[in-house]
Amino acid sequence: MRVCDLAVCGGGVTGSCRNMSLSSPSVFRTVLRSWTAAVLVFLYLPILVLVAYSFNASRLNIRWVGFTWKWYGELWSHAPLMEAAKNSVIIAAITTVLSVVLGTLGAWLLHRHRFRGAAAIRVLVGVPIMMPEIIMGVSLLVLFSALAVPLGFTTVIIAHVTFCFPFVLLAVRARLAGLDPALEEAALDLGATPLRAFWLVIVPALRPGIVAGALLAFTLSLDEVIVTYFTASPGSATLPLRIFGMAKVGLNPMLNALSAIFVVATIAIVIFSERLKRFSR
Amino acid sequence: MRAADTSAQRRPGWAAWLLLTPLLVWLLAFVVAPAAILVAYSFAERDELGRVGFGFSLENYGRIADATYVAVFARSVGYAAITTAICAVLGYPVAWCLARASENWRHRLLLLVMIPFWTSFLIRTYAWITILKSEGLLNGLLLWLHAIATPLELLYTPTAVIVGLVYAYLPFMILPIYGSAEKLDPALIEAAHDLGCGPWRTFAQIVVPLTLPGFYAGVLMVFVPAIGMFAITDLMGGARVPMIGNVIQDQFVGQARDKPFGAALAVVFMLLFVAVYWLLQRRAAEREPA
Repeated sequence: MRVCDLAVCGGGVTGSCRNMSLSSPSVFRTVLRSWTAAVLVFLYLPILVLVAYSFNASRLNIRWVGFTWKWYGELWSHAPLMEAAKNSVIIAAITTVLSVVLGTLGAWLLHRHRFRGAAAIRVLVGVPIMMPEIIMGVSLLVLFSALAVPLGFTTVIIAHVTFCFPFVLLAVRARLAGLDPALEEAALDLGATPLRAFWLVIVPALRPGIVAGALLAFTLSLDEVIVTYFTASPGSATLPLRIFGMAKVGLNPMLNALSAIFVVATIAIVIFSERLKRFSR
Repeated sequence: MRAADTSAQRRPGWAAWLLLTPLLVWLLAFVVAPAAILVAYSFAERDELGRVGFGFSLENYGRIADATYVAVFARSVGYAAITTAICAVLGYPVAWCLARASENWRHRLLLLVMIPFWTSFLIRTYAWITILKSEGLLNGLLLWLHAIATPLELLYTPTAVIVGLVYAYLPFMILPIYGSAEKLDPALIEAAHDLGCGPWRTFAQIVVPLTLPGFYAGVLMVFVPAIGMFAITDLMGGARVPMIGNVIQDQFVGQARDKPFGAALAVVFMLLFVAVYWLLQRRAAEREPA
């Protein structure tokens, strides 16, 4: 990564003074860029090492013995992890669908209507985003145990939707803020019912926000550990829960392989959603 | 609601209320009710069999005042504060560098910060375990270089916990500060330069004070979650440095199994969160130009 190529960091005014005293803008710029480069190395080095060693033939030894896909193969045939991966994907998919419905409708209705209590609802929607995860986890756990609801897929999905849909709502709301109200008026004037106008005019206009929110919800659900920890049963354990359990025990090259897959998937999702944001502007 | 009504915001009709119902029910059932039950639990008592009997007692709160738990709370807040401070020191220059970079570089660098932001903290913590464990990579490297004779105990130390927390939360500090720094009027910086203010002083006296709202948002995303984090402290600290999160978790799913007491701890933590939130909001409001 060549951070030294990074233009500007100092601004346009800096051109005039190029003396090498400590207070010169060029020194400041160099320090700033080196600092940034160092922090990025700190952020990436452990991840890169993790991914690299998922291909090392020897069992987590510093010495590089040879390239292998062995750990990926082992991962593929590891029944508990594969089961957990299946659980994770099912939970994330259902969570995403429910969050998109709740979040999109919620954002639209709150945007479009004025009523007493709307401010309170906005605050409540922000609560799951802000609240420390452990509080959310234990409070849902006491709710389920007070109602004698057995923990399982349903409870995990409820928990995940609760912290995912506010993110969808915010993503859609950001999109709504830039929406021309004339769009809906035109549809209504042309005889569409409000529901048809919503479905045929508003939803397509909001699509980038909805897709961004859905990606967010899917990723959040797939990665979540803390809230899931309190709301899952052994049968509905997600992949991060299994990883948590295995990482506590010790090192396992299979976990490196799994982590590498997670890292690649995350990079793909982040780049895709960034592209989406740029193109929809 | 008549279709002809085209005012920008209108009162909801029955159809709108119907559509709002799922959202309202969801918020009430899974945000408000659980919090209320948690508070109720914190005043409940536990019989000999571990069942929760509802009543009103302040016993659970009394137990928190015990020196052991006060120490745990203090330790958690201390670790979180150190983590926040390190994240701020590491992150501020990065955020500023990003904000001042050319458009192309800004996008690339931002992406580089966002990838760890979105990568599961569990996986990023595991990366450090593979490095720090006694049979891990760092010890392997040192042994191979004959720098040490026996593996060092690097994991399960307070330093390891801090490293894990900083590594997990650093992007959560950089991004909000960047959000604030990006909006800073470049004319202010130019004015400072024109008036003879060097870059270091400009950074310390103009940039940092003006981007404090971003820093406060970062504190909310780093300090508060770090207080209650139990997964990282579990993995990096073993059972040796229990945090408030570990103690709470132990009351609900661990061996201690004392839900009312756990609920009381959680309520105290929640109050702490509300207090920090309120304080930061107030400070951010003070910073707003009148």
